[in-house]
Amino acid sequence: MPDNSVTSKGALGATKKADSADNADILHAEHPPYLRHHFNSAEQQADAASFAMWLFLLTEVMFFGGLFTAYLIYRNWYYPAFVAGSHQLNVVWGTTNTFVLILSSFTMAMGVWCAETRRRKGLVLCLMLTFILGLCFLGIKTIEYREKIEMHHVPGFHYSLQSFLDPASNPEVYKEYHDKPLALDMARHTEIYFSLYFLMTGMHAVHMIIGIGILAFMIFRARAGAYTSGHVTFVENFGLYWHFVDIVWIYLFALLYLISRH
Amino acid sequence: MSTNTIISLPDQSTARIPKDNFITRENGLLSWLLTGDHKRIAILYLISITFFFFIGGALAGLIRLELLTPQTDLMATDTYNKVFTMHGIIMIFFFLVPSVPATLGNFFIPMMIGAKDLALPKINLLSWYLYMAGGILAVYTMASGGVDTGWTFTTPLSTHYVNTNVLTTGLAVFIAGFSSILTGLNFIVTIHKMRAPGMTWFRLPLFIWAHYAASILMVLATPVVAIAIVLVALERTFGIGVFDPTKGGDPLLFQHLFWFYSHPAVYIMILPGMGVISEVISTFSRKRIFGYTAVAFSSVAIAVFGFFVWAHHMFIMGISNYAVLVFSLLTMLVAVPSAIKIFNWTFTLYKGSITFETPMLYAFGFLGLFTIGGMTGVFLGASGTDIHLTETYFIVAHFHFVMVGGMLMAFLAGIHFWWPKITGRMYPEKISQLAAVVTFIGFNLTFFPQFILGVLGMPRRYASYPPEFQVLNVFSTAGATILGVGYLLPVLYLIWSLKYGAIAGNNPWQATGLEWQTQSPPLTENFAAMPVMDHEAYDYEWLEQQQQAHKESEAPHAG
Repeated sequence: MPDNSVTSKGALGATKKADSADNADILHAEHPPYLRHHFNSAEQQADAASFAMWLFLLTEVMFFGGLFTAYLIYRNWYYPAFVAGSHQLNVVWGTTNTFVLILSSFTMAMGVWCAETRRRKGLVLCLMLTFILGLCFLGIKTIEYREKIEMHHVPGFHYSLQSFLDPASNPEVYKEYHDKPLALDMARHTEIYFSLYFLMTGMHAVHMIIGIGILAFMIFRARAGAYTSGHVTFVENFGLYWHFVDIVWIYLFALLYLISRH
Repeated sequence: MSTNTIISLPDQSTARIPKDNFITRENGLLSWLLTGDHKRIAILYLISITFFFFIGGALAGLIRLELLTPQTDLMATDTYNKVFTMHGIIMIFFFLVPSVPATLGNFFIPMMIGAKDLALPKINLLSWYLYMAGGILAVYTMASGGVDTGWTFTTPLSTHYVNTNVLTTGLAVFIAGFSSILTGLNFIVTIHKMRAPGMTWFRLPLFIWAHYAASILMVLATPVVAIAIVLVALERTFGIGVFDPTKGGDPLLFQHLFWFYSHPAVYIMILPGMGVISEVISTFSRKRIFGYTAVAFSSVAIAVFGFFVWAHHMFIMGISNYAVLVFSLLTMLVAVPSAIKIFNWTFTLYKGSITFETPMLYAFGFLGLFTIGGMTGVFLGASGTDIHLTETYFIVAHFHFVMVGGMLMAFLAGIHFWWPKITGRMYPEKISQLAAVVTFIGFNLTFFPQFILGVLGMPRRYASYPPEFQVLNVFSTAGATILGVGYLLPVLYLIWSLKYGAIAGNNPWQATGLEWQTQSPPLTENFAAMPVMDHEAYDYEWLEQQQQAHKESEAPHAG
């Protein structure tokens, strides 16, 4: 059964005989400003919005799914190249970033709670913290990308195989893992690993940037009290998005940084 | 053809189009461009997809004209490549995928379930803008030199070897893909959350079930083609190597990602058409659809099976023999739910009181042509015959039978069926029946010879061919001309009917759906009061009682 049956009959059943023009006025009248008039109740509206958000996240899963499939296939084919490539990543920065993101998910969850319990100042604070932590994540990611550029690990014309043909040339990584040199053929396949690394983390970063943009908009609106008057759907749904982006990172961290460490 | 008809129009001397309806409520260009009303957005879509259909159709005309003679005399071979590529891209991404869902689905899904609008009106409008942005970009691409990879963007051709506008075309398809995702998402949310009291899942018209299944495909499959296109773009610009064999990448991975969308996309295109056929056949044989539950679930089954057959597009591309075996078997399976639909529609006709109004003629066309299209699909799903027939005109004929013979017939059936509801006026019956017959004849003359050409071994995608194939190609080109007339006619008489058509009244077909129980054209909020559903779908006894009650209530005024 649809969940709108309770409100509709009582409110609108009486207007059946009214002619259409009057009826339109009745339909427009007397609803709170946040309730769009094609919905019968605030519950229905909130339900529909959060259902839509979950579906949207499902499409996001499929979007990243293509990249994860590519990762799975190439990792199976070029296992040694993927291990060697993974050793070149900076696990300290990766771990730090994971904690930064999990912390931002916590502040976001607190923000949703503040909105539900109508704490305007708390909400603004939580959103600000989430915003700052998101920027921190991108900052650390930039440092990592810079390391990769300096090492010539960005796929394309300037890609260098030196770290894989002669692992000792990069003493920091070498003293930790003692990687054996790869054959030229396999070493060339590390480029696929780094392509996937940049694609997956890049696509994740794009989602972060979009999220941070929406956060800025929300902070602006939250200061005016838009989300602390009982209408919290937007904050809740953004929270879902933020947690989703967080979870994607946790998979990326495991698959790209950790999986080849024993 | 008998003169029997079920059309019941109000007395033309007194009938009026209702003064307050969704068209007259607000005026001005901005009231259309910024509207949230699903009916107005449907009309925006209807105008724009018609525009793109005629661009795609003109390109098809050029292809057929070139193939009139064995030599390449009309255009250079690389121009020919661009023409058939743009024909495919425009017809698939800018006509077939949005055709029924974005126009008829947009207009009638909320009305059929008794809602005032789709759940997310702003997202609905956004999806139209995305569609237009994608479409304009595609047309710009065509004007600025076009693209010649075929609509499939096959790697490594698209990433390494061609110098045409792969990037802008890819971007256009990417944007149109998001429009499709948003439409599907909106439909699923609406069908779940917006149904009127009493409208249970098994009281939903089959049109809704078909759109629900198609929406699942849009939401789950389209993101995968989006990422595949992003990968092609990055491969082309930065040489990331994911599809480049010289770096260890695999071009077949692109095929997997692409067909993971593009096979289900076939069902995105055909399922909504099947929904239209269910409504039309039930109305014009005055019977509940035989095996309602089976037809409803066969839509869902097509959506589910549709995800597990994609590799049958890759039988000759070097996938393993075991994969061929499994995908061949799964492909046969998807024929089962399609056959369930065809048989149930046929049983619906059995002992029904059938009348031959235009929508029904198109629906009959659909039944025959879709069956041929589907059965030849089984030839192509069987790996042995596929190796002989693939990349020949047999495949071209097969998918045109499904897409043009099936989907386009269903689209025209739906447009005629709901035209009185959308505009409040009837289309002219005689000339539209003529158009339906002309379309059917033109279609068969165009595409049936192509089956024979394919079996004889004429490959697709070439501008020239050996002279012994000319006779059949001349048939095909002649048929395409007739088909063109068949498509032009409805545009003309439907526009004519906007001013001169007979006033339709609420329910000219005496159909049972909720959309017919309100005025035509409908109010902005669809119903004067929240409808309550107290009967099954296609319940003609209920309708008779309603009409009886209505007559009795009118009687004292008349007397």
